[in-house]
Amino acid sequence: MNYPVVKGAAYALVQANSMLLYQGTTQITERLKNEQSEHLKALPEHLRSYEDAVSYPPNQAYIGNITPDQLKEIPHPWYENPLAGASRDGKYGEIMPEDEFFGLMKMVDSFDLVLLEEAFQAVVKEKLQSHPILKDIKEITKLDSTAHSADEIKKLVAEHDAQPLYFAGKLVGCVKKAHEFDEALSSEVMLGNLANKASAVLVLKHLLAKTDLNPEQVDYIIECSEEACGDMNQRGGGNFAKAIGEICGCINATGSDTRSFCAGPAHALVEAAALVQSGIYSNVVVVGGGSTAKLGMNSRDHVKKGMPALEDMLAAFAVHIGENDGVNPVIRTDAIGRHRIGSGASPQAVMTAMVTDPLDKIGYKITDIDRYAPELQNPEITEPAGAGNVPMANYKMISALAVKRGDIQKADLMKAVESIGMPGFAPTQGHIPSGVPFIGHARDMLLEGKLERAMIIGKGSLFLGRLTNLFDGVSMIIEKNSGVVEADTGFDQEQLRKMIAEAMRDFAKTFRE
Amino acid sequence: MDLENQARIKDLYDKYGKDDLIVVLGGAEPEASGLAAETVATGDPTFAGPLSGVSLGLKAYHIFELKDEIPADVYDEQVGMMEMVLDVDEIVNEVKTYRK
Amino acid sequence: MLKGKKVAILGDRDGIPGPAIEECIKAAGAEVVFSTTECFV
Repeated sequence: MNYPVVKGAAYALVQANSMLLYQGTTQITERLKNEQSEHLKALPEHLRSYEDAVSYPPNQAYIGNITPDQLKEIPHPWYENPLAGASRDGKYGEIMPEDEFFGLMKMVDSFDLVLLEEAFQAVVKEKLQSHPILKDIKEITKLDSTAHSADEIKKLVAEHDAQPLYFAGKLVGCVKKAHEFDEALSSEVMLGNLANKASAVLVLKHLLAKTDLNPEQVDYIIECSEEACGDMNQRGGGNFAKAIGEICGCINATGSDTRSFCAGPAHALVEAAALVQSGIYSNVVVVGGGSTAKLGMNSRDHVKKGMPALEDMLAAFAVHIGENDGVNPVIRTDAIGRHRIGSGASPQAVMTAMVTDPLDKIGYKITDIDRYAPELQNPEITEPAGAGNVPMANYKMISALAVKRGDIQKADLMKAVESIGMPGFAPTQGHIPSGVPFIGHARDMLLEGKLERAMIIGKGSLFLGRLTNLFDGVSMIIEKNSGVVEADTGFDQEQLRKMIAEAMRDFAKTFRE
Repeated sequence: MDLENQARIKDLYDKYGKDDLIVVLGGAEPEASGLAAETVATGDPTFAGPLSGVSLGLKAYHIFELKDEIPADVYDEQVGMMEMVLDVDEIVNEVKTYRK
Repeated sequence: MLKGKKVAILGDRDGIPGPAIEECIKAAGAEVVFSTTECFV
């Protein structure tokens, strides 16, 4: 079978202290209750500098400058063990500071909702004009357009519900609401959607810059974040995918948005694989931008424990799925794992549906997969918040299943946990941690022969939408390419049938004549 | 503990009283489980939610503590594997503290 | 202890989720009056 392949992956982070303070939902809720709350007073003291965010080891793993295995060797707490000589530029993308990002938000804003203060706009324009991959976006001319005075921005924030944008302690801009009454187009929603679009544009531009893929070659874009775009008559109407592709010059692409909470990216990858394998499209990009709502989500606990507010990163990723080239790792579309509606909610039922059911389908044991990438949340963020070490819990569950099935001995359980896993290195941006941060590293390791196969696992908490108590999850196996590209036999057979039919008709004709 | 859930627990307390109602937790981690148990017993220690300064006196148990009350096959199917994954003793000890 | 009691369930996405606890509590003969699952991620 000609499986589709993972042709490339890109990853980007944006440090977003202002958006953490003003658009993170934990802080919004706190402010609504009590503007003078202890948490809001203490939080600014816990914000990191941009330099600290760049040298934070898990962030360097996310953009590909160190591998998850190298990260494992760095002692905790990682925020006290910065990576010496860390760079904003990564093998898979970059870590962008918030001022440049506000400029990028203005560039991708089609409805003049992002206003920047005059002096600030001039500075970020200069920075973005020398940005290696953003300078050629034609919408950069938006940074030439009328900038606004500080007073004007202050007034919009104070009197017209505009969302403030701060940098270095100064009000440098705002995002206006897009409609007088429509809550689906409120300034808060618009800021979240524009930040999501901008971070997705950043990462897709990196994918295009770092791989052979040209924007014109992209046939289809699947966007898989957790935001909703629309007005009050169609709150989740979409379509982030085309909005992102438009800025990146993907003129031949169409696209759509796929949602399933944190499992969205895994669903999107399966859809991309299917579209490519069926021959409908040759090049499909799966992209997900970051979530402003989740910035500082657990910051109450981080502040209480005297830690930096580590949830200051907007995260984005993009993966290119293409036709089998005999080189890049394949997605085993014959062994897709899925949490079925009838699977049940118990952790063992979920893991069985997602891990062992697909393995059984192709006769693999749990130990035939070298690495599992379940939810890769950074434990330094989740442990103080009471969610424990999520990837570690997943490794223990997978290993416990392996013991139950007799794939490994009970005495070897912890050894298995050590060998099949990796430390979590993704920010708690919902859909971002779910398996996908490992795809770039896995692709490299598979190409270098350091791995035979890896499993990507996405899980989603559907019950948060209050429509069902169901859980969700999808998994897929990425495997080293055998190097054999099968000829497209389906087409040839059809041709052959036509030729034989024609020959028979001609033959019959000679008899009649 | 989630603010909306604090409100729901308060409503349930008003409806059923503290003798009939118990809270069962599924927390992954000792501290968070303890925090939930404390919140329904003596009030929200973080002073974030509706149970701030409200002492309901409700008893909370982690599902791990109720193993003997549940048919073995059901427990094994629904919870069994997580005994191998989470720190059962630490979680149970922490939750117990708030029933004294 | 559980029989005849009203039970409010606070499950955890990364621990034991609400619906799994619900199955246990019902099997033990108690009445589930509220069940939810918290998510910290």
